[in-house]
Amino acid sequence: MKFLFRSHRVEGEGHVMTTSSEDVLLQINHVRFKKSDGTLYVMNERLAWIMENRDTVSVSHMYTEIKLQKISPDGKAKIQLQVVLHDGTASTFHFVNPLGQQNQIKDRDDVKDLLQHLLPKFKRKVNKELEEKNRLLSENPTLLQLYRDLVITQVISSEEFWAQHASQYAQKQSQKQEIGVSGAFLADIKPQTDGCNGLKYNLTADIIESIFKTYPAVRKKHLEYVPHKLSESEFWTKFFQSHYFHRDRIHAGTKDLFTECAKLDDQEIKRDISAGIKDPLVDITSFEDKNLDEGFGNSVDKSTQSQSGNIVHQNMIKRFNQHSIMVMKACQNATPPNLPSVDNSTSQTNGSCTNSDDYTVNLQHKKMRIQEKITYHDLEDTSLKVTSRLSLSKVERYLHGPMPGSSISISPEELAYSHQQIRREIEGWNSHKTQLINPATAVNVLGELTPGGILMKGYAQDSLAQMVPPDLEQEIKNLYVSLCELLRHFWACFPPTTTSLEEKAVHMHEALQRFHSARLKVFEDKIIREYTPLSQHLTSHLNQLLNSAYRKFGIWHQRKLQSIR
Amino acid sequence: MDVDGLEVHFPYDYIYPEQYAYMSELKRAIDAKGHCLLEMPSGTGKTISLLSLILAYMRNRPGEVTKLIYCSRTVPEIEKAVEELKRLVAYVLKETSGEKDLRPVLGLVLSSRKNLCVHPEVSKEREGRLVDGRCHSLTASHVRERHRINPSSVPICTYYEGFDAQGRDSIMPPGVYALDDIKKYAADRGWCPYFLARYTITHANIVVYSYHYLLDPKIADVVSKELSKSSVVVFDEAHNIDNVCTDSMSVKINRRIIERSTANLQLLEKTVSEMKEADVRNLREEYERMVQGLRDASAARDTDVFLSNPILPDQILEEAVPGNIRMAEHFLGFLKRFVEYLKTRLRVQHVVQESPASFLRDCQQKVCIERKPLRFCAERLSSLLKTLEIADLTDFSPIILITHLATLVSTYTKGFTIIVEPFDDKTPSVSNPILYFSCLDSSIAIKPVFNRFQTVVITSGTLSPLDMYPKILDFHPVIMSSFTMTLARQCLLPMIVAKGNDQVAISSKFETREDVAVVRNYGQLLVEIATIVPDGVVCFFTSYLYDQGVIDSLQKNKLLFIETQDAAETSLALLNYIKACESGRGAVLLSVARGKVSEGVDFDHHLGRAVLMFGIPYVYTQSRILKARLEYLRDQFQIREGDFLTFDAMRHAAQCVGRVLRGKTDYGIMIFADKRFSRADKRTKLPKWIQEHLKDSLCNLSTEECVQIAKRWLRQMAQPFTRDDQLGISLLTPEQLIERAAKEMKENDPLAILAN
Repeated sequence: MKFLFRSHRVEGEGHVMTTSSEDVLLQINHVRFKKSDGTLYVMNERLAWIMENRDTVSVSHMYTEIKLQKISPDGKAKIQLQVVLHDGTASTFHFVNPLGQQNQIKDRDDVKDLLQHLLPKFKRKVNKELEEKNRLLSENPTLLQLYRDLVITQVISSEEFWAQHASQYAQKQSQKQEIGVSGAFLADIKPQTDGCNGLKYNLTADIIESIFKTYPAVRKKHLEYVPHKLSESEFWTKFFQSHYFHRDRIHAGTKDLFTECAKLDDQEIKRDISAGIKDPLVDITSFEDKNLDEGFGNSVDKSTQSQSGNIVHQNMIKRFNQHSIMVMKACQNATPPNLPSVDNSTSQTNGSCTNSDDYTVNLQHKKMRIQEKITYHDLEDTSLKVTSRLSLSKVERYLHGPMPGSSISISPEELAYSHQQIRREIEGWNSHKTQLINPATAVNVLGELTPGGILMKGYAQDSLAQMVPPDLEQEIKNLYVSLCELLRHFWACFPPTTTSLEEKAVHMHEALQRFHSARLKVFEDKIIREYTPLSQHLTSHLNQLLNSAYRKFGIWHQRKLQSIR
Repeated sequence: MDVDGLEVHFPYDYIYPEQYAYMSELKRAIDAKGHCLLEMPSGTGKTISLLSLILAYMRNRPGEVTKLIYCSRTVPEIEKAVEELKRLVAYVLKETSGEKDLRPVLGLVLSSRKNLCVHPEVSKEREGRLVDGRCHSLTASHVRERHRINPSSVPICTYYEGFDAQGRDSIMPPGVYALDDIKKYAADRGWCPYFLARYTITHANIVVYSYHYLLDPKIADVVSKELSKSSVVVFDEAHNIDNVCTDSMSVKINRRIIERSTANLQLLEKTVSEMKEADVRNLREEYERMVQGLRDASAARDTDVFLSNPILPDQILEEAVPGNIRMAEHFLGFLKRFVEYLKTRLRVQHVVQESPASFLRDCQQKVCIERKPLRFCAERLSSLLKTLEIADLTDFSPIILITHLATLVSTYTKGFTIIVEPFDDKTPSVSNPILYFSCLDSSIAIKPVFNRFQTVVITSGTLSPLDMYPKILDFHPVIMSSFTMTLARQCLLPMIVAKGNDQVAISSKFETREDVAVVRNYGQLLVEIATIVPDGVVCFFTSYLYDQGVIDSLQKNKLLFIETQDAAETSLALLNYIKACESGRGAVLLSVARGKVSEGVDFDHHLGRAVLMFGIPYVYTQSRILKARLEYLRDQFQIREGDFLTFDAMRHAAQCVGRVLRGKTDYGIMIFADKRFSRADKRTKLPKWIQEHLKDSLCNLSTEECVQIAKRWLRQMAQPFTRDDQLGISLLTPEQLIERAAKEMKENDPLAILAN
């Protein structure tokens, strides 16, 4: 069956659909949408609904827009199907086949199955990527600035930017948050009686994942057995039947799939115990500071007590502790997946000294814990010590000293007084010839102290910093960030051992040149126009950076040419 | 800062009012050269106030107080105290650096060999007993003697040799040394830290160690003999001090010990006969020494003494050893008879309880052993072991134990009892006879301490009711006071939950303990609290009851950890509990009311936002030792059984709930879930600082009411709390302190006139 759609406006959607011929894969009559009856069409690329006695499409969802579909649960009076779109809106279709509920359900299921088949093909991959990039940019202002400076000014291409410069950001983002493990996941599996003396457990993928995470031994068993020896469901039946799960109940089940698991878990805990507890405030075993033999004192012996206690209870308690510990472990292991590799490499290099390091680390840890315990934060004075700030009324006087022309009014009496004083001092002055340095050094030092000398180097820049307005400063900062990013990649290519690196070096060189002309030159021009006194002082360092990069590239290029010859 | 005319350096900028009060009370006690009993809430800086006052006293009046002996209970407590001392001393040094008269402070901590050993192999041992044994086998004088003759085959400890060669001549530079500092200091010089510490405590100004070094006569005689009289002794966390006292004087013997001691005796006999063939001279010499008297015989080096005489210094005998045990063979025969006698005593079908006197009489009748030689058993054996040059004493611990029993039983006739139980109460069918020689009177062990030192301070967060301690320890304090906590906000919420939502009274009374309704109500309470309280919840049980449903719903909210009897396992569980709390997941810790957790682990801040006390933690009343003790207390000190039991239970309860509050910025809910807590005799025995917040309206709540109150309170507590809120009320600046003191003076003046 072929349908021809005329061009029309779709109500509420706000976009025009072009005329197209589409295959109608399924047509269901008696479908209600927003209280009015109509017909639902499942087509090649979209889901459409047309109201009765009309020929315009009132609802049309492209499959690419649909996020997921939902159906009403069994046993509900209304048989419905809902599609949820990516933008969060949803449309609900009510199936009202007059032939009865059975047929309604059948209609609904047909649509559902077909959609289930179709939807995955239209997963919006491209869009998602864009969204992701958008989000990245909006979350990282520095990245956004880089993007503006480098991509929009066409210093480098967009693909290149995402592949190289933003990769670390993207990576950081893509690390998804692990789903935690609920403490009660085993308790949540509520067995249901099925009426004929059996139990039914409802397992979801989440629960299975939790079980695997908490009990690695079971995962291992699962890997060993499931594809070849047991079916999935058999495996889980066994799991629930096993002693491992009902550990409090003492079964005589001797040969069990999971006894080994239980043993492994026990071993794990034992290992943890024997590894010792680092926190001195928790390690109960070392609390007592006396070591008398058994027999002294009238405290009840622990060993005899535990034998008399109920073994079932003991096992229960042990199991709870173990369970909780495993849950904690499962959550912790997940957090730093890439750190251990780094640690390993360093510890290998350290090798012999790790032992003593461990010891000192332990000591420090212990000290820290104790310190933490004994400090009373509220007794301590936490208010910051206020250091007196240097307040200057005339900054330029502080920086440059008295300037000629600055109007300082001095009364004649004062002048006369100081004149007299100076004279008196000169009279009293006699040279300490022994303490003088020889003239050559003195001249040298004086030279260094005049502008341009080594000791006066910071002088010009300092004053420069005072004169730059904040917006200009921001601009320079941005320039630096962009340039450094480019340079980082440029220098990362050296030494260019592989051809790909060589290519990249050439590429980066071009990018640098583009940056130079597109951004730096423009900026310099602007400065010369607007802030003449600053001239090229501001960008001198930037230029220096660029020039050294050019130089490096030039040398390398020349050598390469020579070697080719 | 000025406390009652004494200049005290306090290492903080602010001070709690109660800290000031505490210091002035303490000062009065030291002035009076008497003993005192002080209760101050946990987390209000007891240790630092104590240390700074006594240090100030020592600086300003060096003639009166020369030494501070600070005793605490657990290793972490000791380490904490040393750390505080370090901080204090550093502060004092900074403050007084200008003064000429610098009196250097030397403070150090002493602990067992296990914690101090630096010997590469010996220190690897995990059990303290083994460390002691191996240390002894490397440092005993005869071992060193042999090493001198034959250096290659007899190993010795180079660290001890190092110490012996130089350590005694040089004095440790002033400063405060924690365990690790001593270790480092000694190891740098190649000395043994343990013996260095033991040597140094005789001239150090401040000594920090465990109770046992002062209270247990076996150890105290070795370690603390030479401490001067003008010392101030402090027992911190002293709420259990009576138990430590009785423990240190009690002995327990089971069948295994008898068997092993028989084996020991055989080995000894063999060694004696061997030695006789090889070298009669040694034994001969020993005999001569015996004739001269015991004291000379034990003019031994410190390394030789493993455990000294279990009786107290003032009862040390000056007489010569009786003739019939002077010869080694005779003595061994004598011991054999005694062990055989004990064996027959263990072969009983029913419980026997008797006094030491009747035990001795029976002993004389059956195996003809008199009292007098029995008294020398312990000394005689240690002398013999030394003569025989037995290196590793750990193997001989059973026979040492037996001789200790012999000495104790023949020395003390009052305050002790002997109980022989043929089987354990829980398993009547299994024969497991145990002979308890139990000390009933806690004053015996502590008496020499009170007599010897001019001031003994007993302090803790929970000492209520205060008047009980002077009675059971038999001393007369000059100062007895209990401080409350001044609070800017009510940061503790004690509540007594007496009934469940179904109005069934909840109680851990023996009759109702197993009741389904009670168990269910307890479970429900725990679940509800776990639902509303953030982070950590600690819960103390008197007995294990559980319900699968409760646990399932608990796990929905928090992770569940349970204290077990195995200490190592519990430590691991605790560690994970802390991790769980720190990760924000929250956790519930179920623990036993008289277990290790309730005694030594703090749950400050988020580690314990609520603590539940399920039932009153009465001691197991069917125990015969306890019964005997109660009887003794009634006869000797006129303390009624019920009073003592309640006192004991309430101090444990207070101790348990006190774990959760460790400071004024901290906050926590304390729930006493038992109907009986609301009775006057129980309530009034709680420490004052808890009692004053336990209003009548909070005394008879149902689960639901309790949850409502807790919810409201938690919301209040979650508001930010700054220093300014506290200042002037629960926190004082130095200026405010002076002001307050002046005001008090004014108020007190008219009274003083009236009194005149």
